[in-house]
Amino acid sequence: MLRFLLTRASLVIPTFLGITLVAFFLIRLVPGDPIETMAGERGIDPARHAELRAEYGFDKPLLAQYGIYLERLAHGDLGRSISTKEPVIAEFASLFPATIELGICAILFALLVGLPAGILAALRRNSVFDHGVMGLSLTGYSMPIFWWGLLLILLFSVQLGWTPVSGRIDVQYFIEPVTGFLLIDTLLSDESGAFASALSHLVLPAVVLGTVPLAVIARMTRSAMLEVLGEDYMRTARAKGLPAWRIVGLHALRNALIPVVTVIGLQVGVLFTGAILTETIFSWPGIGKWLIEAIGRRDYPVLQGGILLIGAVVMAVNLLVDLAYGLVNPRIRHAR
Amino acid sequence: MPLLDIQNLSVAFPSAGGTLRAVDGVSLTLEEGEVLGVVGESGSGKSVTMMALMGLVAYPGRVTADRLAFAGRDLLGMPARERRRLTGRDVAMIFQEPTTSLNPCFTIGFQITESLRQHLGLDRKAAKRRAIELLEQVGIPAAESRLSSYPHQLSGGMNQRVMIAMAIACNPKLLIADEPTTALDVTIQAQILDLLLSLQRERGMALVLITHNMGVVAETADRMMVMYAGQVMEEQPAKTLFTAPQHPYTAALLAALPERSEGGRLATIPGVVPGLYDRPRGCLFSPRCAYATDHSRNERPALRPWQGGSVRCHYPLGDPSRDARIRQDHPVGASADVGASADAIPEAVR
Amino acid sequence: MSAELLDTPAASAAPAGPPHPLAEFWTSFRANRGAVIGLALIVAVFLMAVFADVIAPHPPNLTNDAAFLKPPFWQAGGSLTYPLGTDAIGRDILSRLIHGARLSLSIGVAVVAVSILVGTMLGLVAGFVGGATGIVIMRVMDIILTLPSLLLAIVIVAILGPGLMNAMLAVAVVVLPHYVRIARAAVIAEKSKDYVTAARVSGAGPLRLMLSEVLPNCAAPLIVQASLGVSTAILDAAALGFLGLGAQPPSPEWGTMLADAREFVLRAWWVVTFPGLIILVTVLAFNLVGDGLRDALDPKLKR
Repeated sequence: MLRFLLTRASLVIPTFLGITLVAFFLIRLVPGDPIETMAGERGIDPARHAELRAEYGFDKPLLAQYGIYLERLAHGDLGRSISTKEPVIAEFASLFPATIELGICAILFALLVGLPAGILAALRRNSVFDHGVMGLSLTGYSMPIFWWGLLLILLFSVQLGWTPVSGRIDVQYFIEPVTGFLLIDTLLSDESGAFASALSHLVLPAVVLGTVPLAVIARMTRSAMLEVLGEDYMRTARAKGLPAWRIVGLHALRNALIPVVTVIGLQVGVLFTGAILTETIFSWPGIGKWLIEAIGRRDYPVLQGGILLIGAVVMAVNLLVDLAYGLVNPRIRHAR
Repeated sequence: MPLLDIQNLSVAFPSAGGTLRAVDGVSLTLEEGEVLGVVGESGSGKSVTMMALMGLVAYPGRVTADRLAFAGRDLLGMPARERRRLTGRDVAMIFQEPTTSLNPCFTIGFQITESLRQHLGLDRKAAKRRAIELLEQVGIPAAESRLSSYPHQLSGGMNQRVMIAMAIACNPKLLIADEPTTALDVTIQAQILDLLLSLQRERGMALVLITHNMGVVAETADRMMVMYAGQVMEEQPAKTLFTAPQHPYTAALLAALPERSEGGRLATIPGVVPGLYDRPRGCLFSPRCAYATDHSRNERPALRPWQGGSVRCHYPLGDPSRDARIRQDHPVGASADVGASADAIPEAVR
Repeated sequence: MSAELLDTPAASAAPAGPPHPLAEFWTSFRANRGAVIGLALIVAVFLMAVFADVIAPHPPNLTNDAAFLKPPFWQAGGSLTYPLGTDAIGRDILSRLIHGARLSLSIGVAVVAVSILVGTMLGLVAGFVGGATGIVIMRVMDIILTLPSLLLAIVIVAILGPGLMNAMLAVAVVVLPHYVRIARAAVIAEKSKDYVTAARVSGAGPLRLMLSEVLPNCAAPLIVQASLGVSTAILDAAALGFLGLGAQPPSPEWGTMLADAREFVLRAWWVVTFPGLIILVTVLAFNLVGDGLRDALDPKLKR
C-alpha cells in the first residue's frame, strides 16, 4: 500500500513541475513585454519597469528566470492581481471555498442520484427503467452545461420563481466567513432564513455542475454492477441465504465501487471545467468566475496563479482518490 | 421421511430459440447421512438441479416440481424469507472455483462469521471463536491469523477449505459439493475429498457430490445418479453401478475412465450432449448410443425401477431378453456401427 | 476520418454476398437502435451544413430592424417568415443554426483530424522508441490530463488570442492525450506479439512496422475515440464560444449564439433554447454512434 502510494506520489512531482513550467511560460508567451503584461494596461513608469525587470530576472537567462519563479513559489508568492493589487494566493484562498462548496454539493447530488440509478438499472437489466436511465445518462453526458444552466434558470427562476437567478445568498444577509462554506456559516450565524437563502442559491448550480458526473457515475455503476452480479461470489452470497439487501448492498456494491471510485476521481477535472461555466452562468463568486473575469481584464498574474493552484488541487485530489482506491480494493492494499 | 424428496423437478430457461430445459423431470430422494454421487458430462443438468434446490436459479430460469421438500418442508411453497433461513443453514453448497467463489473484498473471517451471525445470531466474539474452530476443523494452520486474510492471499486449496468451513458453519443436514476438486491441483484433490468425507462421517450430514469424474466418487458414494441432457439416466447403489451398469451411457462413462482403458487407448463417447435445437424425439442418448434402435429413437423411455435402482432405457444392459429385443427393433446402422459399438461398450459391460 | 466513418457502414450494407467483415460490422451496428438514430441525426446535420445556402430561409447575418426578438411561429406574434423567431438584432435564428452546423461540424472534424494524426504519431513514437523520449511525451500528456480541459484551453486561447482557429487549436491540444495513450498502449501490447517479431526478423524497419503492422491493430479503439472525440470537440469549442473566447460575433457558431443570448434569458426563451438544443442533439448523436461503434468493433471494449 505504502509502496503503491509512493509510486503514485513520485509521478506527481514531475507533473507538478510541468505545471509550474506551463504557468511560468504563460506570461512569457503572451505577445508583448512580460513586465507590461504583468503591470496591465495602465502602463508603468520606466524606473519601476527596470526595477521589476531586475526583480523577476528578465535580464537573466531563461533557466535563471525559472529558478527565481520557483523560489517565489516556494515562499507562497504567486504575484499580485493587476486589477485589485491583492496577492493572487489571498484572492484564491478567499474564493476557493465557494467553489469547493459548489463542487461537493454537485458530486453529492451526482452520487445520491447516480449510484442508486446505476444499481437499479443493473438489477433490472433491459427493463424500461434500465433503458430510461441509460438514455438519460447519455443525454446528460452530452449536455452543454452552459445551456443546461440557462434552461434551468428559465424554468425554475423565471417561469416558476422557485430559485434565485444568481449569487450565493440574498444581499440582505451579511455572514461572517468562518469556514467559507456558506451552508455551514449561515447555520453558525444567528440570522434566521440565511441558511434557506444560501441553500436555495446553491441548488440549481449544484444540479447543473453535477449533471455530467451524474451521467458518468450512473453508467459506470451500472456496468460495474452488471459485471459483479455475474461473479461466482455472488452465487456464494445467495447460497449463504443472506437477505437481498445484504447481497446487493454489501457483496455486490463493495466490488462495484472499485471502478466507480476511480471514475469519481476522474470527475475532479471535469468539475473544475464545469465550475468555470457554471459559476459564469450563476454569477457564483468562485474560482471559475474569477479566472474568466481575469481573462476579460487581461489579468495574467491571476491566470498564472490560478492554473498553478488548480493543477495542484487536482493532483492532490487524485492522490486522495488513489488512497481511497487502495482502501476499497484489498488487492492493492496488500500488494507487496 | 427422507431428508430430501424431489419429484419431477424441471428447470427451464426461455431463450430466443425456444425454451431450454436444463433439468427435465428429475426425481431424487436422499436419506439423512447418505452420500450421493451425481455424475454426467458438462451440461447434463447436474449442477442446475442442485442450484434449483438451493434456490439459486435466477430469473428468467423457471423451476417447477411436483414436490421439492427438505426435511418434510415444501421448499417451493414456503415464503422466500423462510426459505432463505433454510439455505445456508440446513442446506449448504460449495462450488468448483473456490477462489472466485469467495468475495475478494472481504476477509475470510468476515465471510465465515457472516453466515454464523445471520443464521445462528451469534455475537461478534462468539462468531469469531466459532470461525477459528471451523478453520481448524478444515485443516487450516494458524487459523486465528488467517481470519484477516483475503482470498487472493490464499491458494486454491486453502480457499476451498475456507469454502467448506463456511458451508459447515451452521451444521447443515445436507452439503452439496459441486465439482469441489476440479479446479485444484491433483495433489490437493484427494486431500479435499478426504476432508469432505471425514466431515460427513463426523457430523452425520448427507452429502451430494457432483462430478464429471466417476473415479472421484467410486469409493466414496453410497448411491450414484447418472444424468444426461437434464434427465436421470440411471440410479443405483454405488457398488453395483460400478460393477454392473444398466444404462449404456453409464457403461460408456465407466469405459472412459483412464484406469479402465485398454491397449493404451482411452475410450471416448462419440458425439456431444444435445443442445436446444438438436434434442432427439426419442431417447436423448440415442444419437450417441451404440444400441439405438428405431424404437428408442422414436419413443423416449421412462425412468423405471430396475433391479436395485432405476434406469431410463428400453434395453437395460442387465436384461436377459435384451439382445433379442434389440434385434427385433431394428438396430440403427446395424452393419456400420457394430465395430464401433464393440469399441464403445468395453469389457466391464460384457 | 469522419467522412470514412460515415461512408463505411453505408457502403458495406449493399453487397449481400459472403459475410464480409464490414457486413458483419454493419449487422451488429444496426442492431443498436440508438447508434442508428445517432447516425441518422449526423447525416441530417451534415446535409444541413452542406446545403445551408439552399435551405436556410435567410442569410445568417441579415438583420431586420422591424423584427427584433420575434417569437417562434407557434407563439402569438410569431410568423413563418422566422420559424424559430429572431434574435435581438432581428436575425433569423433558424438560418443561423443551419449555417452554424457548418462551423460545428468543421470544428469537430478538424480538431479530431489534427489530434488523431499528431496523437497517434506521438503515441507510436512513445511506444516504439521508449526511453527518455517516450517518458517526456507521456509526462507532457499527464500534465495536459491533470489540468481541467477547459482551463487549459482557456490558457492557450489567452496566449494566442480569442478566435475560432485558436479555439480549435486549443481543443485539439486538450484532447490529444487520449489518442497518444491509445496508440502507445496498442504499440506496447502488439510489440511483443509474434507477428511483429516475425516482421522484424524478416527485416521490416521500425517505421514500416509502425505503419503496416501496429497501426491497423489500434484502429478500432482509435475510430471509437474519434467518434466520441468529435462530440467533445464540438462541446468544448461551443463552451469557448460561450465564454467569448471562441468564434467571435457575428459568427453563427452555436456557443457564440448562446453567449449573445444570455442577457435575453428573462425575455426571449427561444433565443436561448434553440442553439443549446442543437448542440445537445449533435453531441448526443456522435456519442450514440461512438457507443455503437465501440460495441460493434470491439466486444472487449464494451462496458
